[in-house]
Amino acid sequence: MSNSVELSIAKAINAGLAKSMRDNEKVLVFGEDVARLGGVFRVTEGLLDEFGEKRIFNSPIAESGIVGTAIGLAMRGFRPVAEIQFDGFIYPAFNQIVSQLAKLTNRSEGFMQMPVVIRVPYGGGIGAVEHHSESPEAYFAHTAGLRVVSPSNPNDAYWMIQQAIESRDPVLFFEPKRRYWQKGQVNLDEAPQPLHSATTLRSGNDVTLVTYGPMVVTALQAAEVAAAEGINLEVIDIRSISPIDFNHIVESVKRTGRLIVAHEAGTFVSVSSEIAAKIAELCFYFLEAPVLRVGGFDVPYPAAKLEELYLPDADRIMEAVDRVLAY
Amino acid sequence: MVQLLSVDGDFSVPKEHAAYGELIRDLREADFLKFYRDMARIRRFDNEATALQRQGQMGLWVPAIGQEAAQIGSGYGVGPNDHIFPSYREHGVAITHGVDLMSIVKMYRGVNHGGWNPHETRFHLYAIVLGTQALHATGYAMGLNFEGRVGTGDLENDLAVIAYFGDGATAEGDISEALLFAATTKAPQVFFCQNNQWAISSPVGTQTTVPIYKRGEGFGVPGIRVDGNDVLACFAVTKKHMDDARGGLGPALIEALTYRIGAHTTSDDPSKYRDAAEVAYWEARDPIVRFEKFLRKQGIGQDFFDEVAIAGDVIASEVREATFALTEPPLENMFDHVYSEPHPLVEEQKAWLQKYESELGGHTPTTDDGVNYGGTR
Repeated sequence: MSNSVELSIAKAINAGLAKSMRDNEKVLVFGEDVARLGGVFRVTEGLLDEFGEKRIFNSPIAESGIVGTAIGLAMRGFRPVAEIQFDGFIYPAFNQIVSQLAKLTNRSEGFMQMPVVIRVPYGGGIGAVEHHSESPEAYFAHTAGLRVVSPSNPNDAYWMIQQAIESRDPVLFFEPKRRYWQKGQVNLDEAPQPLHSATTLRSGNDVTLVTYGPMVVTALQAAEVAAAEGINLEVIDIRSISPIDFNHIVESVKRTGRLIVAHEAGTFVSVSSEIAAKIAELCFYFLEAPVLRVGGFDVPYPAAKLEELYLPDADRIMEAVDRVLAY
Repeated sequence: MVQLLSVDGDFSVPKEHAAYGELIRDLREADFLKFYRDMARIRRFDNEATALQRQGQMGLWVPAIGQEAAQIGSGYGVGPNDHIFPSYREHGVAITHGVDLMSIVKMYRGVNHGGWNPHETRFHLYAIVLGTQALHATGYAMGLNFEGRVGTGDLENDLAVIAYFGDGATAEGDISEALLFAATTKAPQVFFCQNNQWAISSPVGTQTTVPIYKRGEGFGVPGIRVDGNDVLACFAVTKKHMDDARGGLGPALIEALTYRIGAHTTSDDPSKYRDAAEVAYWEARDPIVRFEKFLRKQGIGQDFFDEVAIAGDVIASEVREATFALTEPPLENMFDHVYSEPHPLVEEQKAWLQKYESELGGHTPTTDDGVNYGGTR
């Protein structure tokens, strides 16, 4: 990398936002506590000093209002980046997201475009109180008209936030909050790949392991454990939850014949449900075993003292690896 | 309550409403005739649309009969470059900004979900989920502030927005949030509530215990009540507060007290929940009749009213013919504008349906009863 720096995911998103705001004066950042404080995770720290209060501002604590006004700003030609403070606080905005943001382009037969980004810190693992650890991505992936992505590392975070802002469609940008402080090299010169494409982070021939967001680190840990046992996992980070780059997964599964999909969300009617169904259809004659899924449980996200039991870890993935190889 | 025209059509300006009265004195006879023509036109259209729905030409119709003064008056109080965010009953407001009524017919027929170009008409798409549009208007108005399009005193530059909603929508959180955001950002926005007294079967007392025009005060949005069946008062009050908003004085809430003479929609039966006497009371306060009395007192002769009646019949028959001439939308319309940029799943499903239909020899649209009424693709 000719021009690269080491950044955390939080700092990489910050740098990506700043780059977009510099490149395009129509980009606005707002949400609860994003301005002087820089957000509760400090992702927007320093932007107020550089861009001023007409470009980054605190909103009232009203999520429907945040998304509803973002829609109006987009109608006026702005490119709003709205922050929802925590995953579990997005539901008051659900109506504006699902019935308005997702549908206005369609309602207007293309006359209205909705270049709105909604940033959402999501997922568990930080020992938080209720409503601060959820993985609501499937609700939005199920809704036509939205795009849903989630970076897993600083380089993707830096580039994907910029690509999301450039999109003419609304993008739900899910940030893996327990990985905010995870560091990595960020190539400042060149985007690694298009927004809605998957990437293979580790090659292997025995089992394909598909995941995204905060579970990517866990998947790579599992791959290390497996390697020690002589099992080669191929780890794919889908990066985009809607649309999903199925071609990338299919290519891998055709080689390995075995697929495990992992995420923090409960598995019932989830992103892994969709991947399992689609891969069963596209790779039927290549599969040596049913597609297995590793996820949280279909219960309300538990109290912090139980979250270690809830969240899939490398051992839980290995349990599925053993099962998928037993066929 | 601001009232400038009595039920008998006499014009007078109470001292406390002199600022509104001044705006009427600026109007000419041609403006008065335009107000009347458009109120009569939209009512004739409304009746025709109801008939078309009864004949199966539209899935649903949402009549606005009784609310013509509130809609035409306020619509003309909005500046030509201002943006309007309607609910789903603002057919009268639509014609004040040149929206083709057939766009609205197409939507209620089920050809599309709206489909007109809000950038061009400045009249945004109908919002069916109550109150949502008020926040879009607020966001738009916040954008005007950021762009310096407010309070410069340059009439070519300054803009404002208006959000329309009904008494029922005031119960929605989005209305409260819009009032709050507009107040805290000093957005150039007028909230125009047509209190037509009924939200389907629920009287206004179900939605609020204080008068609607007072609902903004707690947020810092001043309110005013206007006689919604008085086209001149609706014009003046809207114009005054749009001018103020454009001038940088911040948002205002207008409650236009009116009455929904007809059903909520063609699927509704208001005789089940309200008294005939109440309807008769409001029919006696018909906004078009009131304005006709005013015009006749100004010396406008029968010729004008005859001409308007004939024009109404022409419009009705044009709408009828245009409705019969509407073709079924192609299947591609279902897929083509889900996203602005290519999306593999939508493209895959579109291609699948095209192939499936072509292998069946082409899709023949039928109605629910399975009869093909001759729709073509």
